[in-house]
Order: sequence, then structure tokens, then C-alpha cells
Amino acid sequence: MGKRSVVPFGPQHPVLPEPIHLDLVLEDEKVLAAVPSIGYVHRGLESLVTKKDFQEMAYVAERICGICSFGHGMGYCMTIEDIMNVEVPRRADYLRTIWMEMSRLHSHLLWLGLLADGFGFESLFMQSWRIREGILDMFEESTGGRVIFSVNQIGGVKKDMSKEMLANFQKRFDEMEKEVRKLTRVFLDDYTVKSRLEGIGILTGEDAIRRGAAGPMARAAGIAVDMRKTGYAAYDDIDFEVITSDKYDSYGRCEVRIGEIFQSFDIIRQCIRKIPDTEINVAVKGNPPEGESIVRIEQPRGEAFYMSRTNGTKFLDRMRVRTPTFANLPALTQTLQGCQYADVPLLILTIDPCISCTER
Amino acid sequence: MAKIEKSPWLLHYDGSSCNGCDIEVLACTTPVYDVERFGVINTGNPMHADIFLVTGGINSQNAEVVKQIYNQMPNPKVVLAVGTCACTGGIFKECYNILGGVDTVIPVDIYVPGCAARPESIIDGVVQAVALYKEKQKTWKKEEKTEKGA
Repeated sequence: MGKRSVVPFGPQHPVLPEPIHLDLVLEDEKVLAAVPSIGYVHRGLESLVTKKDFQEMAYVAERICGICSFGHGMGYCMTIEDIMNVEVPRRADYLRTIWMEMSRLHSHLLWLGLLADGFGFESLFMQSWRIREGILDMFEESTGGRVIFSVNQIGGVKKDMSKEMLANFQKRFDEMEKEVRKLTRVFLDDYTVKSRLEGIGILTGEDAIRRGAAGPMARAAGIAVDMRKTGYAAYDDIDFEVITSDKYDSYGRCEVRIGEIFQSFDIIRQCIRKIPDTEINVAVKGNPPEGESIVRIEQPRGEAFYMSRTNGTKFLDRMRVRTPTFANLPALTQTLQGCQYADVPLLILTIDPCISCTER
Repeated sequence: MAKIEKSPWLLHYDGSSCNGCDIEVLACTTPVYDVERFGVINTGNPMHADIFLVTGGINSQNAEVVKQIYNQMPNPKVVLAVGTCACTGGIFKECYNILGGVDTVIPVDIYVPGCAARPESIIDGVVQAVALYKEKQKTWKKEEKTEKGA
């Protein structure tokens, strides 16, 4: 038997922009167990419901996380719309879907870049982020912000996209799709990249269910779970298949996310073709009545769950969010068992951790 | 031989930010903005770093971490608070777990406001930090010499 030791990993670590702490129990170079401890980003955001009214909370909800910001704002607004029985105009649903898919695009490209950085392929990291800047430019043109948008409001969205703008975006998305296709060939076919990903961090379908994995992590284990199929916003009008992989390893997770990038391009294309010409928001009067609502949406990292409980005043009783990274942490500890110490940063990256979501 | 100047290295730590400023800081190092042209390199090791860039406010859990990183960095050093949360606590100021901006635990030299701070303003902050670092280098050397002389 080799020598046992415990190595602390994080909270400040070069490979992760965010603080997470793991205690790794090692036997020589092999990881026997990983014990995560979180709390470095905890702000107590949910407690703000007692200080900000239900309209302002839309801005707070958006700041749960800067990467999935659009989805968080949308999920919160959907719970209040449900309680107040507000019918969102169809065009707003379509606009939300387009922005949501743009968020997924920029999040997945960001992840591809970080993954490349994780296995030491600097130029691939730079290329992914260069393409991603194009999406941020479009975000800025359509919403005014690069990462925090504040376009969601209770009853719809605040900004519209003109016909010319949508046509222009479509052209740029087509160009971008070609570039991404060139880039992803490196991720999927390159010998060196493959050797870092294949067979590393196995998570079988059974384990994924037992550990409650969500999003691309579960889909890479062959489980076709995607909240978009429940048909919120405009997803009920959109034609798409859930992307899964039967590889169970890090390569599979990479494959699923790359598949989803192209799927997002396709969903945006369908939205731009089908978008109806209606109002973009309805006026909401008064305070929400007493009630409770639960909404589940598909974030880039997996299923997110939003709950709001109102009491008839302008302040909410409770807001609760459950985010995909929290669901994926047990699966992460499973994949870390038995891996090599040098693969730990890479495996943490493959769940696409978003610590600010998790801890709020 | 022409005068050789030192390239200050930068360390980024995410306090309790929402990630928005973090990804903008990372975007600064990528081809479109490329902050490395000012001689700055993003490092992960506090012992190698001269400029300490913090995003997000301070909470009870990470206060010790921030202090520890600050103490591990060699003198002279410059602290850069990026984003409204790092400056004052921002939208989360009223949250029970937020102590306030970065200046509640360590001295801050340069404040970069914005939610999220734009890459242009982050670069502006970094350029000012580089200038301040060079300024500090001169006075710090003098102080050290007088200390040794005394």
C-alpha cells in the first residue's frame, strides 16, 4: 500500500476562476476520495426578498450568476407571472428563447475554452473565447449589456429586436457556426486532446441517476433529460432532439456540449423564422396575490428550479433556487474517486462548475 | 543597454462575485482585449504576483482567504477592486453574509466600478495599477534602504 495523504485543493486555484475547496485523500498519485466544502461565495441573496420588492427582485435574481444571468431572471419572472396569472405575449416568449439560447452558446464556448486551458491547450482557449466575443457583441446590441442584461420584467421583456437586427444576427450566426465547426474538430478528433479526455472520469447512467446528476453531465451518461422538452417559453413550437452520448467519460461530456452548440444555432434559426409580430410585454398592476409557484428551466449547466411564495404584499415570503452545479457535486465526487491527481482540475471542469449559482 | 522595466504579474481572486466580473476579467486576457500587451500576466501563485485583482464583496468565509493571499504577496503590491460589489458590496450590501467591499479587510488602491465592470474599464484600472506599481517600487526601495541604514 502506498502512502496516504490529504491534499487541499483551492479555494484559490489557477485553473478555476471561482473558489471551491476540496480535500483530496490521496494514495500516492491516486485519488481515493474527494470531500468538497463550499461557502466562499455565499452572499445570502435569497434573503433580499425582504428588502427588495417583487419587481426589483428580477434584477437581483439575474445576479445569482453572471454566466446564466438571463435564465435566472427569466425563471424568477416566470414564477411571479404564474402566481399573477399573467399571459406573456408570444413575441416575448420567442425573444426570451433566442436570448436563452445565446446564453447557452456563450456559456458552452466559455466552457470549451476553460477546458482547453485545463489541459494546457492555450491557443484553443483563445480561439474559443474569440468566437464567444461575437455573441457578447450581439447581446450588447440587443440588450445593452455584455453579461448582465436586465431585459426580463414581470409580464414580458423590455427590449425588442427589429426585423433588420434579426436578419443581421442570422447572418452572423451562420458565419459563427462555420468557425465553431472548424474549432470543434480539434476537440473531437485531435489525438492529444482525445488522450486527455477519453476514459477519464467515468459516470455511468446508473450512477448519474443515483447521484442526481443534471444537464450535460446526465446527458453524457446516456440519460435524455432536458427541461426544454417541457415546453416553457417558445420551446413548444421548436423542433429539437435531446442530445445524449453513450461514452460516459469526459470526452462524452465534451461531445454533448458541442452538439448543443449546434443545436442552439438551429433553435435560434427556427425562432427567427417563426417569431410572431405581437406586443413584447403586458402591464402588470398591483401586488401579486397570495400563492406559490415552481418553475423548472434548462440552464446551460442543467436543470434549474425556481420557487417563489407570495403573501399579497409587494415583498415575497420566500424565493428559492436550486441550481444545476449543486445537483452535479455528488456526481463530481463519484468521478474523482480513483482518478489521477493530475486529472483533478480537468474533472472539476467537466461538470462546468458555477459556484456563484450554487452558493448564491 | 536600454532600461529594462519589470512586468508586474496579476493575481485574480473571486470574492463573492456573481461571475459576471470574473468572466470579464478573463475576457480581458483573450485576443479581443489582450491585457497582456501591457506586460501583465495572469498568474495563479500569490508569491509571483504584484497586482491583486479582487472581484466581488467580502463575506465571513472568504475574508481570511483574501487576507492570506494579500499577506503572501511580496512587497510592493497594488490592490485593484473590480466591480461595484468589490468597491462597496453593491446590490448585495444588505445581504446578511456580506461584510462590504474589499477595503473592509485589506487596503485598496484602485476602484473599478460597474455591474458588471466592462473590459475597457478593467483595462483602464490595470493600466493605472501598473503605473502605481512602478511608483510604489521607487518609494518602497528607498524606504527599505533607509531601514537597513538605520
